[in-house]
Order: sequence, then C-alpha cells, then structure tokens
Amino acid sequence: MNWLRSFLDKIKPNFEKGGKLYFLHSTFEAFEVFFFVPNKVTEKGSHIRDYVDLKRLMTHVLIALAPIVLFGMFNVGLQHFRLQLGLDIDAWGQVVKEIGFWRIFWYGFLRVLPIIVVSYVSGLAVEFASAQIRHHQVNEGFLVTGMLIALIVPPTIPLWMLSVATIFAVIFGKEIFGGTGMNFLNPALLTRAFLFFAYPASMTGDAIWVASKGLDVISGPTPLALAAQNQFFQSPSLLTMSLGFIPGSIGETSKILIILAAIYLIFTGVANLRVMISALVGAAAMGIIFNLWGANEYMQIPFYYHFFIGGFLFGAIFMATDPVTSAQTPTGKIYYGLLIGIFCILIRVVNPAYPEGAMLAILLMNVFAPLIDHLVVQQNINRRKKRALLSQTIKS
Amino acid sequence: MKEHFKIKKGLDIPLEGEAPLKDLPDILSDKYAILPPDFRLLTPRLLVQEGDDILAGEPIIQNKINENIFITSPISGKVTAIIRGEKRILKQIIITPKFPQEFKIFNIPTTLDRENIIKLLLESGLWVNIKQRPYGIIANPSDMPKAIYISAFDSSPLAPNPDYLIKGEEENFQKGIDIIKKLTSGPIYLNISSTRNKSDFYKNIKNTELHNFEGPHPVGNVSVQISRISPINKGDIYWYLYPQDVIFIGRLFQNGKLDLHRKIELTGSELTERGYITTLPGISMQALLSNRLKQNNVRVISGNVLTGTNAGLDGFLSYYDNQITVIPEGNYYDFFGWVAPKFTKYSPSRMIMNWLIRNKKKKYVLDTNMHGEERPFVLSDQYDKYFPFDIYPVYLLKAILSENIEQMENLGIYEIVEEDFALPEYVCVSKINLQEIVRKGIDLMIKETT
Repeated sequence: MNWLRSFLDKIKPNFEKGGKLYFLHSTFEAFEVFFFVPNKVTEKGSHIRDYVDLKRLMTHVLIALAPIVLFGMFNVGLQHFRLQLGLDIDAWGQVVKEIGFWRIFWYGFLRVLPIIVVSYVSGLAVEFASAQIRHHQVNEGFLVTGMLIALIVPPTIPLWMLSVATIFAVIFGKEIFGGTGMNFLNPALLTRAFLFFAYPASMTGDAIWVASKGLDVISGPTPLALAAQNQFFQSPSLLTMSLGFIPGSIGETSKILIILAAIYLIFTGVANLRVMISALVGAAAMGIIFNLWGANEYMQIPFYYHFFIGGFLFGAIFMATDPVTSAQTPTGKIYYGLLIGIFCILIRVVNPAYPEGAMLAILLMNVFAPLIDHLVVQQNINRRKKRALLSQTIKS
Repeated sequence: MKEHFKIKKGLDIPLEGEAPLKDLPDILSDKYAILPPDFRLLTPRLLVQEGDDILAGEPIIQNKINENIFITSPISGKVTAIIRGEKRILKQIIITPKFPQEFKIFNIPTTLDRENIIKLLLESGLWVNIKQRPYGIIANPSDMPKAIYISAFDSSPLAPNPDYLIKGEEENFQKGIDIIKKLTSGPIYLNISSTRNKSDFYKNIKNTELHNFEGPHPVGNVSVQISRISPINKGDIYWYLYPQDVIFIGRLFQNGKLDLHRKIELTGSELTERGYITTLPGISMQALLSNRLKQNNVRVISGNVLTGTNAGLDGFLSYYDNQITVIPEGNYYDFFGWVAPKFTKYSPSRMIMNWLIRNKKKKYVLDTNMHGEERPFVLSDQYDKYFPFDIYPVYLLKAILSENIEQMENLGIYEIVEEDFALPEYVCVSKINLQEIVRKGIDLMIKETT
C-alpha cells in the first residue's frame, strides 16, 4: 500500500496550516487515519500502548450488529410478502417456500439500505462539520450510532424524517455537549424519541411495521401492540418471536441473534455484562410482580414474554450498555440496569400511550445515571473519611 | 512471616527480551551525568563549575527549597560540561571520571541517633533515595514517618531479578535496616514475593516486619502494598525505599563512603546481548549499549517500559534506575491497522485476535507506536481490571483535570502515584496520557497545600 501512503504524503501539505485546503483538514485527517494508523509514537508516560483504539472498539460493535442488520433486511422482505399473501405470522416457512429466499432478502435490502445510508450521511455530515469548526479530529462515535439508528426505526420511516431526526439528535444530543464522550443521552435513542414525539403517525400504530409499495397501507400489528391492546392471545408462537419473523423495528426482532451479539460483545470485552444482566433481572422482577398482581390481561402475560416482544432486549444489549451514557461505576451499573428493566416493563404495562417502554426507560436512566454514580462515589468518599477518622481516634 | 496478601487485578505483559542471570564484563564509560530532572520537584542550585575536580560524594546540587538536601557526585573526576535546556533549566552535569575512584570520607558519628543519621544521610546525598508517600517525592527530613516501606521486588515488565540484584550484600543490607529503623517510630515493612524472591536473603534480616505479596503487576508497587497494610489517610506520612538504597545506606555507615555501585539489568528485545552489569548511576548509554544493539531505530529507556524515561542512545542511566530496556521505535504507518485482526500481536484484550492462538509461554515484541489517536474518555470500566485500589480512577482523573483540590483529596490522590496508572495507560482505548495527568495533579496538590 505504498502508493497510497505516498499519495497521501504528497497531498498532505495542502491540508496543513497555511495550505489551500486547510478548511478541510479534519476531513483529510479522518480519511488518512482510516487508511493508516498514524506513525505517532509515545512521548509521555508508558512507552508501550495496546493495539486497541476507539476505532477497533466500534468495529467490534459493528461486527456484532452485522448479522442483525442482514436478518433485519430479510425480515422486512418477509413481512411484506407475508401480508401480500395474506398469511399468518407463524406461516413464515410457507412465505419463504412460495417467494424464495433471495427475492425476499432483495426486497428488504432495497428498503433498509436507504435508511442506513441516510442515517450515516446525515449524522456524519454533522460530525465532520463540527469537527472542522472546532478544529478537532473526527470521532468514531457515530460509526455505531448510525447503524443503531437504522435498526430501531420502523422500515416505513420516511427518509427525510429520519434525516431531520438524526441531525437533531447529533447536534443537540451530542455536539453541543462537546462531542463523543461528553453526551449524557444516547444519540440513537434520542433520534428515535425525536421521531416518536415529532412524527407520532410514522412511529406508532399498526400500519407502519410492514414495508409496502404504493399507497395501500397494510396493517401488521407487532406482538407488542397486540399485548397492549389486550389481544395477546393472537400473538405468534414463542419460536417465531425468538427467531424474529415478526413485524417490528428493523433490528429488534431476532432475539436469538441479539443474544449471540451480546455473547460476542461480552467475550471481546466491548460491552459491560453488569448492565445487561441487571436490566434483564429488573425486567423479569417487574414482570413477575405484574403476574402476581394480575389486574388486567396485559399484566397476566407470562413475565418472560416481555423479553421476546418489542425492543427491550435490543435496548438492554446495545443501548443501555453505551459506555458514555450509562452509569460509570461498577456498582452504579447494577442499579442503572435494574431500573431500566423495571421502568421498561412498568411503562409498557401501565401506560397504554407508550407501547414501547424500552426507549423511554433507557433515556430516563441516562438522565439519572450521573446521580446514581454520584451516590456510589459519595460512598467511596465517606468510606475514606471514616477510615481517616478511625485512625485518628486510635491515635488519640 | 506476618501476613500474606494476594492481588488479583493487574497484568504481567509478556514482553520479549528477558535478561539471563549472568554478569557482563565491567564497562568504564568516559562520561557520566547527573540529571537534575530525575529528582522530582527539586529546585536545583548548582554548586560546581565546569573544570572543577570532584570526589565521589561531594555535593553538586543543593535544593533551593529545602537547603539541607544535596545531590552528590556518584563518581570522582572533572566536571566537563553543564547542559541547560529551555529557560535555562539545568538538564545535565557531565563528569569525566578519573580512575581509580577517590571517595570523600564521611565521619561516621559515634552515637547513631536519629539526628546524626539524618545529618549524615543529607550530607552524603543519600537522603534523596528516601521517598515519601503521599506524592512519591523526596522525603522531608523534618517529618516523622508512621512507618517505612521496602518493596523487595519489582513486578513491572522485564524487571530485574530481585535476588540477583542484592546477592552477597546481606551485611550492608542489615546495617542499612538498623540505620533506617531509627528514622521511624513505627515498623519497617519489608514486602517480599515468595514466587519472585526465591533466595534466603531476607530470612535472617532483623528489625523488619516481613509480608508476602503475590499477584500480577502492579503488586510490586509501594502504593499497592501500603493500601493493603495501612492505607494512607490525610496527614499520614510514610517513607519508602528499595533494597539497593538500603544497601547504599549500609555501605555509607560501614565505611564512610558514598558507594552507589549497583547491578543494573540490560534488557529488551532489541539487544543482542542481555544480562547484568555492575555500574554507577549516570553512566552513558553509548558505553553500555553501542555494540549491543540489533538495529538503530530503537527506544532506549532508562527503567521499564511502563514508567521509564526515554533516555535515547546519547543519554544516561537515571539516578534511581537499575534497568535499561531497549525496544523498537514504532514510527511506522500501519495500513488498516485498526481493523486488521493481528493474530500475532500481543494484547490483553480479546478485541485483538491473538487470543485464538496464544501460547501462554510465548513472549512478544512490543513497540512504541501509539496504535491510535487520543480521544475523550469513552469506556468507563476499562481501567478497573488493572487498578487494584478502592479508588474510582476515572473520577479521580476528572477531578485532577478540573483542578478540584477537595475532590482529589476525597477520591484518594494521597494513595496513588503516577506509576499506579501505568497499566491503565497501557490499555487505554482513548490513548490518554494518564501518568502525566496524575503528575500534574500531584504537583497541584503540593503547590496548594504547602
């Protein structure tokens, strides 16, 4: 790759201070470090540094997401053809037999790809522009956010809305706080929340979950919606739900792939196990409480069903664990996760206006994470003060 | 043996270039240097001029802030150059040695009480070998420490063999212990590691409290040992030194000479010949290394790869060090290096695919490339595995960055020094220079509280 290196070295002076294209220096650097890890050596402190950098970390999240994206594309196609054929949710096998795997995937691919592209282009445009304005380097944070945004919206989302929402979330959720690492709300969830409250017609209801051509709207309620309408008896089998052949946001449906991704993230050390486990425990606990209470049909849904419907699992694995917006202390992470689980099920079951509790529960806990951490750190401080006091009393 | 402590958090980096336990032939360099930057927070006043003849043990530098503290010459000879850096900061005092060595003879006081001992230690320049916690700076002779800590082993990468460094010095060591015992009202904690200190050296040493520490680096760091035996509270002062320092003190009080001869370890993947050599601090790297290098694009580190100083081939061995590490410089571009699986490269993380084929016994060559660029703090839990303290590292670092003195104190700045952040710095995904932040925090604490 020497020709590329020498080409970059040749054009580099144009982007340096005083060069013609200095106003694009952040952009140039972003591309340069995309091709080559720089030749910078350690100057202070430890002389050796580990090979892992933020880019690699983000890459591993994308690797974990890749199967989910591909499955999401397939499922978008599957749901489309299923309703066209007028078949039941559980009849996915028949759809595949009649339409053919590749035709289904191709349809979904064409629907999902524009969503991914729009999400990335809108977000990265803001990232590059703000890096340029601040004379900073472009951060990698959006590489994951961009994909997450595409995975938590319905396949029918109008692209302009997605673009507006992404731009809003990146500017007001991240850049005004100083960029990657400084934000306190998860930017992907903020995008979804913006869409949810600004364009509710495109984010809620039964008509949006299945992609179709033309104006004839096909209604395909999600299992979550069925539960909220006390029609859970109509919902598909547990197998169909865990495999993910159900209507829903693009990436949230396949629970098996999400769990595989979680195992991958934990194994590589990218995501934190504490948050995931405690979120699941919190949700299960809340579900059991509602089971015992049993005041209405929704409360009587077996608690473990909550893991299979809606976006809770996806949120708990990919959103709640966002290292920037989650609680920072190990103890804090446990409380943070537990509360996410509890609130998610609480919002789902008790508040009929918001069928999906995961988004609001995680955003709420994003806001409270600094408080949780403050309490945990305060305990550490008190422990230290107590120890000092104790040693003083022994002395005197 | 009083107590046994086991540390779980930490990491032993399997670095290539371990030195065999053999002595290399003695080397007499034509240049030695005293490096004032080795002595943290010491404001030097130069006491010699170019052309002066000096004996080993004669003062070269006086501390302007505490005028009792001197740095003396480890070697006899002629001062041939005084090199200053920016803003006339004193960087090097070059001494051309004269052999055989001539020593200044110090009068050993007949009554060895605390006052006389401190006086002789100050006069001989050996005082600078005694450091204090908090902060890890040269001890203040007017303090009374609660205890003295001696970490008998070094757990850092490629660290010298602790037994080999002190072989045959039992008598001087015991003498040194007897002397420093009078400096504290409390005990001398002598902390060994039975898996590393295999000889019987410490078996018959009296006047100390022996403790055993096991586990990965940083178990040899004094901070870790203090945190387990008697955590530092605000106002506490502990002194600490290393076995070789005790031996120097022993020699001084045995025969009245400042004899800083020590074994040092030549180590690192880029050396053709590794081993141990007996020499003095300030010896030039040229003399030690010039015909032992595999190639020229190397980093010559006085100390270990985590905390050492970049001395360069034209530099000198730092005053406190007993190890030289030579590793390859990492000034190359790595094509798609951030996404390549890197099967053959060592990393403690499974994000590098080496874990698939790792052989536990294999050693790895690591270079000085940053492997990425600096980014804001993103991962919140990456340091925890390598930081065996009841301290929240990121919170402490952020308190330092915001210069919040009270919060730094609350979060435990007294309990750590720079070296404790070396492993977190090595693994840091955001490539932040943590040790530099901690150093600034300690400087600020000293400035604001004294």
